[in-house]
Amino acid sequence: MFIVKFVFLHFVCLLQREREMALRNIMGKRVRIGLMGRRLLSTATCDVESGNSKSINLYSAINQALHVALETDPRAFVFGEDVSFGGVFRCTTGLADRFGKARVFNTPLCEQGIVGFGIGLAAMGNRAIAEIQFADYIYPAFDQIVNEAAKFRYRSGNQFNCGGLTIRAPYGAVGHGGHYHSQSPEAFFCHVPGIKVVIPRSPRQAKGLLLSCIRDPNPVVFFEPKWLYRLAVEEVPEHDYMLPLSEAEVIRQGSDITLVGWGAQLSIMEQACIEAEKDGISCELVDLKTLIPWDKETVEASVRKTGRVLISHEAPVTGGFGGEISASIVESCFLRLEAPVARVCGLDTPFPLVFEPFYMPTKNKILDAIKATVNY
Amino acid sequence: MANWGRISSRTIGNHIRKRTNQGFIGSTVDINPSSGSSSALNGGRSVSDQNRRYLNPLPWSRATLSWFQRFKSTVAAKQHDSFLSSDSDDDHLSLDFPGGKVSYTCDMNFISESSQARVPCYRVLDDDGELIKDCDFQQVSKEVAVKMYSKMVSLQIMDTIFYEAQRQGRISFYLTSAGEEAINIASAAALTEQDIILPQYREPGVLLWRGFTLQEFADQCFGNKADYGKGRQMPIHYGSKEHNFFTISSPIATQLPQAAGIAYSLKMDNKKACVVSYIGDGGTSEVSTLTISYFICLLQFAHGYPNCFLQGDFHAGLNFAAVMEAPVIFFCRNNGWAISTNVSEQFRSDGIVVKGRAYGIRSIRVDGNDALAVYTAVSAAREMAVNEQRPILIEALTYRVGHHSTSDDSTKYRQLDEIVYWKNARNPVNRFRNWVQSNGWWSEQEETQLRNSVRKQLLEAIQVAEKTEKPPLSDMFTDVYDYPPPNLEEQEKHLRETISRHPTDYSSDIPL
Repeated sequence: MFIVKFVFLHFVCLLQREREMALRNIMGKRVRIGLMGRRLLSTATCDVESGNSKSINLYSAINQALHVALETDPRAFVFGEDVSFGGVFRCTTGLADRFGKARVFNTPLCEQGIVGFGIGLAAMGNRAIAEIQFADYIYPAFDQIVNEAAKFRYRSGNQFNCGGLTIRAPYGAVGHGGHYHSQSPEAFFCHVPGIKVVIPRSPRQAKGLLLSCIRDPNPVVFFEPKWLYRLAVEEVPEHDYMLPLSEAEVIRQGSDITLVGWGAQLSIMEQACIEAEKDGISCELVDLKTLIPWDKETVEASVRKTGRVLISHEAPVTGGFGGEISASIVESCFLRLEAPVARVCGLDTPFPLVFEPFYMPTKNKILDAIKATVNY
Repeated sequence: MANWGRISSRTIGNHIRKRTNQGFIGSTVDINPSSGSSSALNGGRSVSDQNRRYLNPLPWSRATLSWFQRFKSTVAAKQHDSFLSSDSDDDHLSLDFPGGKVSYTCDMNFISESSQARVPCYRVLDDDGELIKDCDFQQVSKEVAVKMYSKMVSLQIMDTIFYEAQRQGRISFYLTSAGEEAINIASAAALTEQDIILPQYREPGVLLWRGFTLQEFADQCFGNKADYGKGRQMPIHYGSKEHNFFTISSPIATQLPQAAGIAYSLKMDNKKACVVSYIGDGGTSEVSTLTISYFICLLQFAHGYPNCFLQGDFHAGLNFAAVMEAPVIFFCRNNGWAISTNVSEQFRSDGIVVKGRAYGIRSIRVDGNDALAVYTAVSAAREMAVNEQRPILIEALTYRVGHHSTSDDSTKYRQLDEIVYWKNARNPVNRFRNWVQSNGWWSEQEETQLRNSVRKQLLEAIQVAEKTEKPPLSDMFTDVYDYPPPNLEEQEKHLRETISRHPTDYSSDIPL
């Protein structure tokens, strides 16, 4: 698994090139492509513009958020496997040196222990920021998350809660991760009342969303798109700011079709939108950001405007969270829909290595689906 | 009877070494293990003294080793530690590896899968409740002894009456702590109100000790609006913030790593309290982590059977507690049964106590049906955990006299005469009563009065609980999150519309 972080910098896969181009094509007034840099533009207005910004990548943004979290709350802790030296993705760099071993520490290799311990810490009013090294390894902690964290407040009649718990995990395709370094397990957790699931699309989003998750009085699972740790570079305000949870964002305005996605997939979808534009199809792109509880209102409003919807995620299509969005939209917007809800997702296989480009919901698959939907 | 005043765990150890200890369910445990572990290679040849020094010790550094030696006497019996070098390391005979120095040996010896003798069991009272001569134990005052005994009786009666209530269909479920009253009450009595309890589910006696009323128990079992859990969980899933008793959940051993986190928090806050977590024998099959902080986490393995140690969370809890040096007492109620699974099908080790060493945790085996022994052991454990910032593992041997729960009939998988034997001849309540009575602190008259009084209170509590209104429908939707999200608001609205269209589908006892 340590190979992954080194291979990030090696662009060997076709898919990677495609992603590169997708990122390169997202242009805007404030975007500047440097030699190594890539930028993701957020078209939304943020209330985060005050103060200085610096151009940093995703793992640095997350690192900043963690520094802020520990700085502003003396009862905040960061723990997990290998977090002390900075973490396998550098997200926890400098924390142990700055805040000490009592607050930033390695744990034994035991995910159920990490989360269970985190629940206990949070139950005592602390901010427990637990790291699971890869989302692929979160399953031993599934019992603690589903049966304990999610139900802690409810089952106690609100006498106890573990709202201070935030579980961070890198997720998603990386070009060469195979079965166990590429998974997108968000759907499993979206089925659990009592927790929140949040996925950022870019460095600026990540810092603000992570700080909101940490400070939210409910247990949160925060999936970080590992693909973007180094690749995504954006202007990120240096100060402490938070972005709201359960609020989706329209990051590209359009009128013919609504595209809904989250995380790294948005950059692929954005590229499809740009190409569709050349064919005269105006695409509206919505970043869900929080998967549960999700912002139905924003998505429905967009669908009412366009009459068509396409959902895209890396996770396998069957049982994926796209199904929930689709069913919900059909329930609420049936008569407005001009075409069936389209889903362009990963295939129903374990995440393959050499077949990754075939497995993934690529720009062209999305483009085909956009056209099919519009021409229905 | 020795005064507890300056008693140390070392003294207990010394005294224990002098005693022959009863094994579990009648088997005798030889306190003086015979020498030599067999060498597999040499077909059982004993390891000679000369070779012993070359046997791989535990990966302690020299400092840790001598520290460890200092506390050898706290071990219940002198273990046959053939694998542990008793000499200090000779540098030229040792190897350096991550994890520390180890001495090496050219004899290939496998550590035996078990010691020659089982870990002996600490007890203070014999089966008749008479103090065993020259036993060290923590003396209790008349007031404490009478309170302990009264609560044990209350627990017995509460169990009987609630069990009957379930049989009558008045509550949906119940499980008893029959046979484990000493564990419940005596362990609670040895703690302070600030110590935080993470139960499994067979420790209501701890709540009883702390002042949870019979009415409060009944309210939870009936799931009425006075239930602190707001009617959301099955009966016996008590929780009380006021009494520092975390709400019970059904999954086994999940509380163990949580206890580690709670203890770590106490450690960070420099509070003088501990966490106590309970678990049964079955739960030990779970792997869990433990951290020990200044606060002892007493993990109660409520599953009642040591199988709790078999769960993954057991490993996670103990390991975390040891690594984080959190004061957690892991209290395992080894009652012989995990529902229908006997301990012989649960693990191959010598019970649970031996697992402590695997995590670097000091452990003791105690007679769980001996209230004084439990009290003493927990007191000592608490002191060690708080003063030395370490986890402690206590294995209390006992027997689950009752069925696993009202959903179980244990005569299907075990002999009735075995149950009767433990219920009568090895009854912890009778045993302790004898001791209390022999001190002149209890009488037959008080016995009758107490039993009648508790019974009456319970019946009244049940009547009141039964009549008390259920929680309102809105309580179904609150506390999922801190505030209900839009989807829940929508679902509640939709549900209310459904109810108004089909009121007969729903019982009228839930206020809308």
